Amino acid sequence: MKRYLYYPGCSLRGTGKAYEESLLAVFKALEIELEELEDWNCCGATAYMAIDEVSSFALAGRNLAIAEKKNLDLLAPCSACFLVLNKTQRYIKEYPKVAETLEHGFKAAGLTYKGTVKVRHPLDVLINDIGLEKIKACIKRPLTGLKVAPYYGCQIVRPYATFDLMYYPVTMDKLLRAVGAEVVDYPLKTRCCGGSQKGTLPEVGLSLIHILLKEARRREAQIVSTICPLCQFNLDAFQDEASKKYGEISMPVVYFTQLLGLAFGFSAKELGLERNIVAAKQMLAKYAPAAA
Amino acid sequence: MAVKSLIKYEIERDPVFAKWVTGVMGGERIRNCIQCGLCSASCPLSPYMDLTPRRLIHMAREGFKKDVLESFTIWLCTSCYSCTVECPRRIRVTDVMYALKRRAIEDGVYPRRFPIPVLASEFGDMIRRNGRVTESWLVTKVFLKTAILRLVGMTKLGTKLLLTGRMGIVPESIRNRKELQIMLDAVEAHKKEVAV
Repeated sequence: MKRYLYYPGCSLRGTGKAYEESLLAVFKALEIELEELEDWNCCGATAYMAIDEVSSFALAGRNLAIAEKKNLDLLAPCSACFLVLNKTQRYIKEYPKVAETLEHGFKAAGLTYKGTVKVRHPLDVLINDIGLEKIKACIKRPLTGLKVAPYYGCQIVRPYATFDLMYYPVTMDKLLRAVGAEVVDYPLKTRCCGGSQKGTLPEVGLSLIHILLKEARRREAQIVSTICPLCQFNLDAFQDEASKKYGEISMPVVYFTQLLGLAFGFSAKELGLERNIVAAKQMLAKYAPAAA
Repeated sequence: MAVKSLIKYEIERDPVFAKWVTGVMGGERIRNCIQCGLCSASCPLSPYMDLTPRRLIHMAREGFKKDVLESFTIWLCTSCYSCTVECPRRIRVTDVMYALKRRAIEDGVYPRRFPIPVLASEFGDMIRRNGRVTESWLVTKVFLKTAILRLVGMTKLGTKLLLTGRMGIVPESIRNRKELQIMLDAVEAHKKEVAV
């Protein structure tokens, strides 16, 4: 049985709850054991980097230090967490003054970090550690006929492409195809969703959101599959507003783990599909079992 | 229409600032920029920027401090890293943007009541205090400080998030807050010594 340390991050306990629910369900079906990182703290995301770069590395560093004691790979499903943890490790190696300053912080708090933790993304684990054969063996209801636009967002392959192609990632495409879905060609798959711009400069954020949805529709997708809680939130929760401002669009936006989970026979409720703002349940009804 | 000179003169340069920008993490190779413009071309936000990334990089390294720090550009950057991976001269443009944001906050020259610096600092306070971020509290605080009226417009979405169980009301926190604060204090004290 494969075993990983699990770093949920703040979003998976808030707006991205459905990501956690569906991820845990899928991993359980594949007999992957997850142990939650003890007393983890916020990774700092992009916002803290704009206030204090070294302290933001220290924030991520505390998680890495706690993880190192367990000697397991660290699973980070949120794109911001995944990037910040990776970036922190690289900057510790590249800049001696960063390493030295963090060392002081760790020492004061009774922590140590040697730099051995491997940060992994669920896509990486599913493709490279588990493999498509085992995933196919779990299928109860293939997603035959469902046309999906695979949307990766920015920070998962940029600036570090650790497990997929930087310009045209394909790991999610492979997983979705493995469970029977039809994956449409989606050239905007790594384009930015606008991050927190919707909250700060609404007209800019809404335009970025609309461009992504419009392209998915033009490619004849029925649904958008995401891997990041912020992408999912932007495309789902503000679709209504974007439609009003830039033209009508109705496109459910779900996590890739929700689609895998449906194929594995979990119910809509177990996968958090009822948490969508733009309802995905009706469209996916033919794939979901009637009762949990 | 206001008449404005579009030509920059050498006398307006601030060489200290120009030197500073080559010393920030990610800006080491900024003088290697060949002004090819791939950063601007790949940037999804450049249509909205007053200075495109290419121009910003050039003006920063020449020392046009005021134009650069007061630009809208640095606050439009969402750190999607398109420019960083495209740059043929391996300048970490995104990191330079971060450094300029920090400098603008430090010098107090960002646009007043502009929500992004407020978001960043509220986010920082929340982490220092609790170790985790509770999205609902963060958003509410930012809007209270910047655009109370928009908060009213958000109630519909807020209700939907509550109903779908996507909005936590109880603030999240880590157990060992003290350990985190000791670590951050020690980092801040030391970084002043080594000037990171």
